[in-house]
Amino acid sequence: MAEARTRTIKADYLARVEGEGAMYVRLRGDEVLDVKLRIYEPPRFFEAFLRGRSFMEATDITARICGICPVAYQTSAAQALEDACGATVDGQLRALRRLIYCGEWIESHGLHVYMLHAPDFLGYESAMEMARDHPEIVERGLRLKKAGNALIALVGGREVHPINVRPGGFYRVPTKAELGRLVDTLERAREDALETVRWAAGLEFPKLDLEHEVVALRSETDEYPIDDGRIVSDHGMDIAASEFDDTFVEEQVPHSNALHCRIRERGSYLAGPLARFTLNFDRLSPLARDAAVDAGLDGACRNPFQSIVVRSVEILYAFDEALRVIAEYEPPDRAAVELEPGPAIGFGVSEAPRGLLYHRYEIDGEGTIKDAKIVPPTSQNQAAIEQDLYAFVAQHAGLPDGELSLRCEQAIRNYDPCISCATHFLQLDVERE
Amino acid sequence: MDGERKPRLAVWKFASCDGCQLSLLDCEDELLALADRIEIAYFLEATRAAVDGPYDLSLVEGSITTEADAERIREVRRLSKRVVTIGVCATAGGIQALRNFADVEEFVSVVYATPDYISTLATSTPISAHIPVDFELQGCPIDKRQLLEVISAFLADRRPAIAPHSVCIECKRRGNVCVMVAHGTPCLGPVTHAGCGALCPTYDRGCYGCFGPMETPNTASLSEWMGGLGLETPDLVRKYRQMYNAAEPFRSESEALERG
Repeated sequence: MAEARTRTIKADYLARVEGEGAMYVRLRGDEVLDVKLRIYEPPRFFEAFLRGRSFMEATDITARICGICPVAYQTSAAQALEDACGATVDGQLRALRRLIYCGEWIESHGLHVYMLHAPDFLGYESAMEMARDHPEIVERGLRLKKAGNALIALVGGREVHPINVRPGGFYRVPTKAELGRLVDTLERAREDALETVRWAAGLEFPKLDLEHEVVALRSETDEYPIDDGRIVSDHGMDIAASEFDDTFVEEQVPHSNALHCRIRERGSYLAGPLARFTLNFDRLSPLARDAAVDAGLDGACRNPFQSIVVRSVEILYAFDEALRVIAEYEPPDRAAVELEPGPAIGFGVSEAPRGLLYHRYEIDGEGTIKDAKIVPPTSQNQAAIEQDLYAFVAQHAGLPDGELSLRCEQAIRNYDPCISCATHFLQLDVERE
Repeated sequence: MDGERKPRLAVWKFASCDGCQLSLLDCEDELLALADRIEIAYFLEATRAAVDGPYDLSLVEGSITTEADAERIREVRRLSKRVVTIGVCATAGGIQALRNFADVEEFVSVVYATPDYISTLATSTPISAHIPVDFELQGCPIDKRQLLEVISAFLADRRPAIAPHSVCIECKRRGNVCVMVAHGTPCLGPVTHAGCGALCPTYDRGCYGCFGPMETPNTASLSEWMGGLGLETPDLVRKYRQMYNAAEPFRSESEALERG
């Protein structure tokens, strides 16, 4: 028998992801020898230069980790620092925090569903090219995204790196009338979101069912998790944010500028929309839950290619939740809770669009940050992405190189990886011997 | 074949958060019209298609922090008729230029257990430190209306109409009460480049300088005023060492304050 040919399939510059990464797959015949998600985005060292800064600056600084999900960074940071100060932000201030976060889910998921992921399913290089044949689809996506951005800009001052979020709450809270003016826009966009779920459900999904342990927040109230909750998994994990470091470990691998995060003694896991949905299906609003069921998802979703449907369901939920918050809004007396720093360590978690985002800060009596640790969702998902690629290539090794490479890229885009976040973090090489 | 080729736009990323290039995708009302008028020839965040240069206009986001990127930006210049840098990272080195004031090896060891795997330069530098740049658009992030103005201007072969005055002028235009005078809130507005529309004072907080230094800022005078509001030297130093820490007027003021 002739020696099996070895081949490499690779993408040196992954497109339609946030940040710089590469994919590398090496095969001998149909046997997968190696899979690497290589992250060459240059590191920016946020955890290092947070040392010596005032705790009040952490929301402005950590926002700059990611231009797509700054509100997630601001929220996890604010909550960790409030925890360190022994303060609680609740009532309408917490509702506002949830409201701006809904805007970010809509903007970030809308960007991913329509501009980054949809072209893979419909066979285009970009949303702009897709718009020539399917203008109504792309225009719907742009309307959704615009509504999400309008929400962020109203509460936060602007879409990217909002200026109005601080530890303790906000600098200024909106009036009832200001929020009221958004209701029509949000209600119309909610119709677009419902249509998005129906459309996404009709796409064709390559088969891939994986048994990752799924990890997400679960709220102690009856809400779908956005801004807080306990960290739970389908393998019985149920911990507070303060137990994160005892449960998870970050490891450095030579081929990545992003640390890989694993569950101690158990290994890789999956965070993000699939995990949130699987663990919190019962917490969706009736409209979002019914839409998910009609889309064929009735409680758990294990095929990462269907994440586009789950993101669409979460967009719908976010509109529902935003409209609920606005309907119940009464401006609070103060824009922020007073914080009195003392020497302490604080922990904060929230559900960034791409998954669990953990922050820990140690501060001194003056409120100066002595140590910071930030674990973004994409570094948690790197190992899972590599496993998906491995499983997918093993099942589809017979595809021609070009097609295989495209499908592998799609498998990576299933995660909406944010490499800018994870570098502290992507490029695809498929190599065949 | 039609004789009129659409202008070719390329968007490049170096060390950054992606927020400034996202501003282009955030132009929800204009994006499809723009894509009709110009050929988006290279924009990795938005498209797999990659058309070879030369390009009529290159937008560059991010700062230079590795040897490989220092080489790549020279290639971008060779391929581009016009190069416009967008945002603080590309125009002033970004928040990651805080390493310029510290020991980068210590920074690497704080974040990574095996620092040997990490390849990085000791400094984060703006694009203009490596190649000639045709225009610099300020902001962290840039303002998307200003970005559309810059793209339109370069495609029409005219200078962009971007006002160089301070945030104070924008506050007056909006009718804001001065947060520094009325509330004693320290504010970088008097020395900061306009473009945001005076957002922070509009939201009852002091400006934190995220559009960088205005033309000829009087930072020493502002430091005096903010000192009068009770800020100690380390607080003042930190004020200038935020996103635009490496921009010359802010860097030199923070160093002067440290020297005392």
